[in-house]
Amino acid sequence: MFADYTMGELGAIFAMQGFAGLILFSVFVLMALGLAIIFGQMGVINMAHGEFMILGANVTYLTSNLFANYIPSLFSIYFFLAMILAFFVTAALGMLVEWSLIRHLYKRPLDTLLATWGLSLILQQVYRSVFGAREVGVTIPEWMMGSLPLTDLIEIPINGIFVMVLAVGISTAVYIMMFRSSWGKQVRAVTQNRVMAGAVGINTERTDRLTFGIGCGVAGVAGSAFTMIGSTGPTAGQLYIVDTFLVVVFGGAASLLGTIASAFSISQAQSIMEFFLSGSMAKVLTLLTVVGILMLRPQGLFALKLRK
Amino acid sequence: MLLKGNRFFSTSDLVGFAILAVLIFVILPVGLDTFRLNLFGKYLTYAFVAIGLVLCWGAGGILSLGQGVFFGLGGYCMAMFLKLEASSPEATKIQSTPGIPDFMDWNQLTELPLWWEPFHSLTFSLFAVIVIPVVFAFIIGVAMFRRRVGGVYFAIITQAIAAILTILIIGQQGYTGGVNGITDLRTLKGWDIRTDDAKVLLYFVNGALLFVCLFIAQLIRKSKLGRILIAMRDQEDRVRFSGYDVANFKIFVFCAGAAFSAVGGAMFTLQVGFMSPSFVGIVPSIEMVIFCAVGGRLSIIGAVYGALLVNLAKTTFSELFPELWLLGLGAVFIAVVLAFPNGLAGLYKDHVEPRLLALFKKKMGDDGSAEDFDAIKTAAE
Repeated sequence: MFADYTMGELGAIFAMQGFAGLILFSVFVLMALGLAIIFGQMGVINMAHGEFMILGANVTYLTSNLFANYIPSLFSIYFFLAMILAFFVTAALGMLVEWSLIRHLYKRPLDTLLATWGLSLILQQVYRSVFGAREVGVTIPEWMMGSLPLTDLIEIPINGIFVMVLAVGISTAVYIMMFRSSWGKQVRAVTQNRVMAGAVGINTERTDRLTFGIGCGVAGVAGSAFTMIGSTGPTAGQLYIVDTFLVVVFGGAASLLGTIASAFSISQAQSIMEFFLSGSMAKVLTLLTVVGILMLRPQGLFALKLRK
Repeated sequence: MLLKGNRFFSTSDLVGFAILAVLIFVILPVGLDTFRLNLFGKYLTYAFVAIGLVLCWGAGGILSLGQGVFFGLGGYCMAMFLKLEASSPEATKIQSTPGIPDFMDWNQLTELPLWWEPFHSLTFSLFAVIVIPVVFAFIIGVAMFRRRVGGVYFAIITQAIAAILTILIIGQQGYTGGVNGITDLRTLKGWDIRTDDAKVLLYFVNGALLFVCLFIAQLIRKSKLGRILIAMRDQEDRVRFSGYDVANFKIFVFCAGAAFSAVGGAMFTLQVGFMSPSFVGIVPSIEMVIFCAVGGRLSIIGAVYGALLVNLAKTTFSELFPELWLLGLGAVFIAVVLAFPNGLAGLYKDHVEPRLLALFKKKMGDDGSAEDFDAIKTAAE
């Protein structure tokens, strides 16, 4: 199958395919980061994670409309404001959900799964009623369109680079929050031993609420970033949820580095196989490999050494 | 009194079975026209899955989000046989390759794939309906439970398996019928399954099979095995330290759940006349869990009512108020988890049964068994 291509073309194909893999990687990282906080740290299975991302996307859509209609002069930078708004709106909803739903279920993880699935159905219907059943796309500011020609054959889309930069930025922020701030210490203390953390004076309820909120907020930012590379419909969140959970579980639930490593390997495997096989078979093979590896090594790639 | 408890069936179990039998074999067939009866038959096929989930999840503590996989595998095995019978060379002579299923012809396949060949035989197909899903469940079970993967991780991985199978079926259109599934099924050994008579008969076959599964489930629940399952759910380590091989029990109950689901899937294909990936994936699999949760995750009889009620509500609401259905279903998920963790069966046990027993005792005091029937009827309502 390679005979028809020259060496230069082959190199270009691999470079472009590798770059497509990198964009997919950034997308996976963005999706998985919020979940790594909520599932990895708190142990809560949030099946509505995808819907929080869609909320972020919808906030971005509304902001872009607002800017286009009222302050078109600032349209080129609306996206930054939209991301901040998306973070706070989804974080607020997340905290509300934690307060009304999740906090009653910390001891019953399987039940959180069902409850948040119910929540996701409700959110989907709300989106459908408010924004319509069709997919909505936002207008991308001009500087983000087009692509950078690297050589004659290799071109790199600018919005792809933007998403990658964003993924790196948010991962760093999450890393600093989790492992370098006193809040992160509290979160880890609460997840490792709730009673003891309470005994040394950590307000466990507040920590839980904040953690869940921030996890959802990161999902919102991820959703916001998605609008740059595709359109979003009310049920799009459901499509991502399995991938996202697999990324987090495959990486080793409590490890941030593991999440990133697994996002990288899954996305690269998928985009490289997509070149040789049909898209659906590439996906099947990737998921099968991940499930297979998880059966052999249930603790994931990067496991914390813990005594239970 | 006729209904006397024994080791496997307490009196209240027997009453529950009797009421359900009256509902399924008398009230529904008498009260409904063939179309509605067929619809209820379809709902009851989901009850098979729900019973399996009561065993796995309620008793064993293993939440599988991939029961749709087994339902689908059972259904596809049945559908493949029916499809081959419907695609005889005479019936398909307008195709470019007569004698193969129409979707294969559309996808430029010129001969039947090898793995379809055995499905010419009804015996093999019926055998496959049970064996293929069980073997599949066994492989998953051995791989997961031997390595002590449980709880949340098991749920996520079974969900991923459901996703994989759906993508595979949709992607391999030429071999599986793709997103439309296997449609246009006509006869079973020359017997037209689309006529009203056939539908009524299939409904009763379905009901009878459901009772077989209910009895098996009840035996499992009430045997020593069932007690070990519950002990395992509550204190897995203690059971392991007592010398039991926990993994084997889990594998067994997971396989049993898969077998029940597969029977349900096959009956679904027969009654509805097609099978498609929309009954395999993540969404249907989680909905199957909610049938079980609504009915009461600890009660096998409750699971049947749960499947009936949720599906009835789904049909009714999605016809009348399509916008409200998802909101309602979502609310049911949340309510079942937060407010009624034991579902309908729990409500019945807490509120209806004590009063019923009190009523029973009072009436027994002055009149005896003549009033029993009234009490049973009240329970049915």
